[in-house]
Amino acid sequence: MKRAIFLLRRRAISAIPVLLIVVIFTFFLLESASGDAVDAYLGSIGGGDAALRQSLRESYGLDQSMLARLWLYLSSLARFDLGWSVAFNRPVGELIAERLPNTLLLMGSATALSFGLGSALGILAGARPGSARDRLLSIGSLVVYAIPSFWLGLVLSIAFSVRLRWFPIAGIETIASGRTGLARALDISAHLVLPVGALALIYLALFLRVMRTGMVEAWKLDFVLFARAKGLSRSRIVLRHVARNALLPLVTMLGLQSAAMLGGSVVIESVFAIPGFGRLAQEAVNGRDAPLLMGIIVTSAVLVISVNFLVDLVYASLDPRIGASEGGA
Amino acid sequence: MTVPSISRRTLMKGTALLLASTALARQALAQDVPKGGRLVVAADSEPKNLNPAIVASNGVFFIASKVIEPLAEASFDGKDGLAPRLATSWEGAPDGLSVTFKLRDGVTWHDGKPFTSVDVAFSALNIWKPLQNLGRLVFANLEAVDTPDDYTAIFRFSKPTPFQLIRNALPVVTSVVAKHVFDGSDIATNPGNNKLVGTGPFTFAEYKPGEYYRLARNENYWDKDQPKLDEIVFRVLPDRASAGAALEADEIQLAAFSAVPLADLDRISKVEGIKVISKGYEALTYQLVVEINHRRKELADLRVRQAIAQAIDKKFVVDTIFLGYAAAATGPVPKNAPEFYTSDVATYDFDPAAANDILDKAGYKQGADGNRFKLKLRPAPYFNETRQFGDYLRQALAVIGIDAEIVNADAAAHQKAVYTDHDFDLAVGPPVFRGDPAISTTILVQSGTPAGVPFSNQGGYVNPELDKIIKQASETVDTAARTDLYRKFQQLVVADLPLINVAEWGFITVARDTVLNVSNNPRWAVSNWGDTALQS
Repeated sequence: MKRAIFLLRRRAISAIPVLLIVVIFTFFLLESASGDAVDAYLGSIGGGDAALRQSLRESYGLDQSMLARLWLYLSSLARFDLGWSVAFNRPVGELIAERLPNTLLLMGSATALSFGLGSALGILAGARPGSARDRLLSIGSLVVYAIPSFWLGLVLSIAFSVRLRWFPIAGIETIASGRTGLARALDISAHLVLPVGALALIYLALFLRVMRTGMVEAWKLDFVLFARAKGLSRSRIVLRHVARNALLPLVTMLGLQSAAMLGGSVVIESVFAIPGFGRLAQEAVNGRDAPLLMGIIVTSAVLVISVNFLVDLVYASLDPRIGASEGGA
Repeated sequence: MTVPSISRRTLMKGTALLLASTALARQALAQDVPKGGRLVVAADSEPKNLNPAIVASNGVFFIASKVIEPLAEASFDGKDGLAPRLATSWEGAPDGLSVTFKLRDGVTWHDGKPFTSVDVAFSALNIWKPLQNLGRLVFANLEAVDTPDDYTAIFRFSKPTPFQLIRNALPVVTSVVAKHVFDGSDIATNPGNNKLVGTGPFTFAEYKPGEYYRLARNENYWDKDQPKLDEIVFRVLPDRASAGAALEADEIQLAAFSAVPLADLDRISKVEGIKVISKGYEALTYQLVVEINHRRKELADLRVRQAIAQAIDKKFVVDTIFLGYAAAATGPVPKNAPEFYTSDVATYDFDPAAANDILDKAGYKQGADGNRFKLKLRPAPYFNETRQFGDYLRQALAVIGIDAEIVNADAAAHQKAVYTDHDFDLAVGPPVFRGDPAISTTILVQSGTPAGVPFSNQGGYVNPELDKIIKQASETVDTAARTDLYRKFQQLVVADLPLINVAEWGFITVARDTVLNVSNNPRWAVSNWGDTALQS
């Protein structure tokens, strides 16, 4: 417990400069792109005149200097105010709060599924390296990994929604159904099956391969040889000695993958029309909505930092050597 | 204006036969269509301001036109191509200084308050003229709106304003909003811009961001026979490939504005219970245009522009890029605007050899690598077809020794580069023809537009003779004389090629057979859908 608090404090302090760098870097990146929110908006409504353009630019504060806008943004951010979305004409915080839960649900389920299934299959493959089962799983995972996620999403929806009609084709729940409680939870689950499946399948392959490689390595370690010499049963060696050791890199990867999966969910949210965080980011880019995009990036950064913190905790509990010296302080 | 149906048929010949047969079937059913039901429609965007009185654009109209009505709507068989909505009649004074509208009696707003001429006057003076992207132009000279009684509105203009223009603009720029919702507030930030209160057949019931808009039946609609549907749900489906799949799975019943990609139409038209309809967009014709930067010295040379026009195989563009769902263009006014259209213009037949010859004679010699000069080509990112045409144009230009480098950008960057910075030599643009050349067509070639105005004369073209005709037409009250001036306008534009019109196209609607009364007016997708019904 003491160790957890220590880690949390250290993480929180280091997070502030990280966030600041992310914000400033993003701001200048957006500035350097040609065109702004007014250009994007006028294009989307099919035109207007010069006076309209000028008044829009003033109302969005785009007539102010670049540094003035950066300062304005940073000072409102310091007050935990994420600003006003130009493309949606609503507070950024509100938009994010509305969309984030859907993405967390999608990503959380997909991560749990790909991690759980991926490590289980990895154990199966790594239990007897070089066996026919191992080769089948390795090649299968490589094939799945090579499939683009949007294509997999489309194939799944054509097979299971259009042809078989087992699952709804799109959305997070049945529109305007008025369902509540358990009925609503079941409805949402049914809608999540295909997108979670598509997203998890891609990442499953990664976890499988890392687990398998870790297992292959672990077989060569001395204590495994010792365990075998002791005459322990094979299944006990596989689970208690080999797999547990091979799990460590997998946990590290879990932290890294959380960021990658956020990116992957953009595509899946688009294909399955899920009103999530990734799609919001896409809309922010299309509308050149700088405050919204910054809000999304800041939130994602906080999210990734938090996931990595949790991963550290899990790691520390799996491997007592980690953080031991600091924990004693 | 009577719309000759022959030109429509020839224009959209791809599905003309299919259409004619389904149209007859629909007519028979129109007498006694079923009532009730929920129609689910694909929507691909969520406009940030849903008020059609402020933002006159197809994306806004698609949803808002069912809730908020204009004074008149486009019609296939009505007088002057119009059908009455909130106005029952309209008449322009001979001097062009006033237009009198008789308004419909017994109309109530969705919040129960009565609709009167005061609402029309408020919308015109406080919103259409000062705030609306297109109304700012049409109503530039509107000075006052008299309201002698609740059902009469007299628009008074400071300068003679052609009645023909006002009439043609009615469906697009005259969405009437309630004075009591907007009066005394900051109109730009009024919540009424997104929680619409209108007079239309449907009320705005619910908006769930990222998921759907739900419109519910207006029980007190002025047309007692309408609406036929209980509900319309616009379901947000950003991915175009999913719209087709959702139709097949019967999760949505209709996808308008070519939400199903052209390449999928052949396949989906063979699915039982689904029909592909190209009718219903005649008054929303998009034009595929090669925009030319006249600041570039080679392009300022008419011979070079003629050579480029001759290098483009319009038939190939129509057949391959639009898969037949388009027509070759002859000039800046599309055939779907028969009131103004003239075919009596110069033509540039596809002839790369002649184009090469012109360029040789003009002194643009081919270098050792076969190229005469290099150009920067920017295709607009709005449609698949504009980007695909950009690729085609690059190849077509290579044949006549012009090396075009394609620069792709997103919407914001494209707007800035072409319309503000003029950082292009050629661009591919999709302007819309909105019922009258004065609305968004003459601006494409008129000189003197400041930088930064989207879809304007970004090429810096100057032609005093053309400017004179445009100005004259904008002040000519006599309809026949004004029409003549626009014929002359077309001839001049095509002769001097400030830009090159390549093709004109409408969109495609894909619907389940169960949806009745689809595409029965020239702006159907953005009209009120009061008579649209579902076969149970």
